[in-house]
Amino acid sequence: MVTNITNLGRSGLSDWLIQRVSALVLALYTLFIVLYLLFNPGLDYATWSGLFAQTWMRIFTLLALISIAAHAWVGLWTVTTDYLKSTGVRVVAQIVIILAIFVFLVWGIQVLWGA
Amino acid sequence: MPVTATASPLPQTTACFTPASQPEAATEASQESVYRAVNSKRPVNLDLTTIHFPLPALTSIAHRITGVILFIGLIFAFWAFDKSLSSPAGFAAVSDALANNVLAKLIAWGLLSALAFHFVAGIKHLLMDADIGVTLEGGVKKAQITVVVSAVLIILAGVWVW
Repeated sequence: MVTNITNLGRSGLSDWLIQRVSALVLALYTLFIVLYLLFNPGLDYATWSGLFAQTWMRIFTLLALISIAAHAWVGLWTVTTDYLKSTGVRVVAQIVIILAIFVFLVWGIQVLWGA
Repeated sequence: MPVTATASPLPQTTACFTPASQPEAATEASQESVYRAVNSKRPVNLDLTTIHFPLPALTSIAHRITGVILFIGLIFAFWAFDKSLSSPAGFAAVSDALANNVLAKLIAWGLLSALAFHFVAGIKHLLMDADIGVTLEGGVKKAQITVVVSAVLIILAGVWVW
């Protein structure tokens, strides 16, 4: 069993499942946003902000934000552990990535409820 | 028998390690040199122009590269998300940038392209998880489909942006 103190689920199998569930959420969210923009070519601010004022859209978007955080961490953890062999370099890169993910998460929540 | 390494007379055009078929009239000397080449610990053929990754390996690394690009691209996506919901003026600024700014269009197309490939390659991953087409031929086939479908999506994304 793959165990590592820096991976998300503390087991490879858990990370495998997290990566797939978050991928499905992000695929659905991507399809939704792309189709919404395609079918609303003359989109204005009132309609756009009205969409994100809906409770279901806030739940869907928050779910997507959390999925981005989990998906990016599992993916970038895999990439950094595969290619950054020096422990010092890898840990610094992983700290920067975690910090960036945290900033994106807080930023997204603020946009979602700040508008 | 001398153990010094000598240039091998083996054909240098193939990347595989299967021994080349010997001509009928092979001399004692050439057979000995083949024997030495085969038993040498040194790599005989490292002609990089004849060695290439199979397509599934290329789509696999491209999946990783597009994933890293998308993570960096989140900065632009979050900027547009934040700005467009901040005020009518902010919304106008984002639509104006996407309509008129060439750099913004290029970034949008680049990120949509990375997203398209990552999306299609991700579905290929889910198919493999579902045990669909997990053979050598199936792997190559799915990699080919991934390249073709994402190429079409990338062109469509370009049409959408411009």
